[in-house]
Amino acid sequence: MSTISQKRIDELVEICAQMRIDLIKQLHKIQTGHPGGSLSVCEILALLYLEIAKVDPKNPKLPERDRILLTKGHAAPMLYLALARAGFFPQEEFSTLRQINSRLQGHPDAKTTPGVEAPSGPMGLGLSAAVGMALALKLDKNPARVYAVMGDGELNEGTVWEACMSIAKFGIDNLTPIVDFNGVQLDGLTNEIMPMLDLGAKFSAFGFEVINCDGHNIADLYKAISTANSFGKPSVILAKTIKGKGVSFMEGKNAWHGAPIDDANFAIAMKELEGNANG
Amino acid sequence: MAKTIRDIYGETLVKYGTTDERIVVLDADVSNSTKSAIFAKAVPERFFNLGIAEANMAGIGAGLAAGGKIPFINTFAVFLTSLGLLAARTYGSYSNWNMKYVGAYGGLSNGFDGPTHHSIEDLAVFRTLPNFQVFVASDARQTAWLVKNAIDHHGPMYIRLTRNAIPDIYDDNATFKTGKGNIVRQGDDVTIIACGLMVKPALDAAETLATQGVSAQVVDMFCIKPLDKELILDCAKKTKLVVTVEEHSIIGGLGGAVAEVMATGGSGVPQVFIGLNDTHAETGTLNALFEKYGLTADDIVAKTLKGLGK
Repeated sequence: MSTISQKRIDELVEICAQMRIDLIKQLHKIQTGHPGGSLSVCEILALLYLEIAKVDPKNPKLPERDRILLTKGHAAPMLYLALARAGFFPQEEFSTLRQINSRLQGHPDAKTTPGVEAPSGPMGLGLSAAVGMALALKLDKNPARVYAVMGDGELNEGTVWEACMSIAKFGIDNLTPIVDFNGVQLDGLTNEIMPMLDLGAKFSAFGFEVINCDGHNIADLYKAISTANSFGKPSVILAKTIKGKGVSFMEGKNAWHGAPIDDANFAIAMKELEGNANG
Repeated sequence: MAKTIRDIYGETLVKYGTTDERIVVLDADVSNSTKSAIFAKAVPERFFNLGIAEANMAGIGAGLAAGGKIPFINTFAVFLTSLGLLAARTYGSYSNWNMKYVGAYGGLSNGFDGPTHHSIEDLAVFRTLPNFQVFVASDARQTAWLVKNAIDHHGPMYIRLTRNAIPDIYDDNATFKTGKGNIVRQGDDVTIIACGLMVKPALDAAETLATQGVSAQVVDMFCIKPLDKELILDCAKKTKLVVTVEEHSIIGGLGGAVAEVMATGGSGVPQVFIGLNDTHAETGTLNALFEKYGLTADDIVAKTLKGLGK
């Protein structure tokens, strides 16, 4: 199993703090976009793109690349920040997010944005597409891996569980689903909107090895992904996160799933985020 | 007994898919009906049965397409239009991924199973999706060409098949081209544009019309999208009336597509729409359904004469 140095962990913590600042600045400027789910998935995407996955920004379609699918497409802003940090396009381009003629569409677009593997936004089919990619890699005897970064609200969709049955049937071990387990969806708490009861037990019953971790702790998350990658059988990571992580008034609040950030809230958010970044 | 269209389809998949390793075939627990089972037997390593989970099948097909494969996604047409639609729209249409949707049991061809299993809206639905091409198999030779064409052409595609055999429309010398309708009978007074199972009754109707002094031209419009606009406008110019015949709702399918061309082309020529008149059908033999819902050669004759004011 691969390891990560404390120095690298510290660097990634600092990068995530900066990505959160970049996110809130842009979403405040454009008065649109989804802050809550972007903030919760920050460490997962940063760790995949900047440390774990084999990707080549100079050659985004390299056959041997690992495929990362953000199936919870509404967190596109954080995906773009991670792609830009990895070097797929200039960081300045993030200022065009959600504007006309931009390569950075409201939800991920595989045609126009370098590094985006699949369109997403409509929930439920991302894991199926990831299964298809994993099967294609197996047919080609290509050792690359597929990562599906999913939302927990997304698990309401029945097709996710159809995909899970397929993963078990075909013994797909070159795909790692990572659930951004923040416990909040658009209309409220996941436990209220559509209770999932024991999510780990559900995945176990579908034939998965279940790995729980802290989705905001780089070291813990790194260990979880490395473990999943070395299992040699279907596995899933339940990365416990906080929706709106890093901005106290957004944390755990469904109201900040996709709400515009006004000037007063922006000032509070920036004070907290910049305090974290400097701390 | 001639081979069924679905047998021709399954055999053609094997013909090309045995050696072309890009070809993968998916089914949702109806492979013995769609005849993708013929491929499953010949090339089991590239056949994936996803069980009764059509949406997941289509999503997995999308991922295989993204991985450079050519996925043939099989189930009854009605389930592709409904449960397969999200993947068709998001991955096939929006991202132009190379997905081949093949709808078995198009139209009313699954007559006995009833309206839940009929497909009377597939052409309309898939036609609206940018990047999708839409085809309807009109006979056995054409079905074989449709499979070959789907392999050779990169891009999302919907192909409507039918359950049983269809009388041959073409011989071995026939040629087919995307975006080009085939004139299968020449005539001067009226043009009957049909597709799929309706081409034969259209030809029979033309025969009857000839005995009544009406010269009818028949077009097999097997490619619904991209549509042969030039041919449609030529027909409108040459003949006094255009009749469209389809085993589909008259809303949005072949008739709708032809009307869009006629209207924007300024032909001024009237059109008669023959198809299901904004209704579901019912259980019955295919012939009984065609009779009750007005899709026989006699219906085409009567409606054509009426359209001509005779």
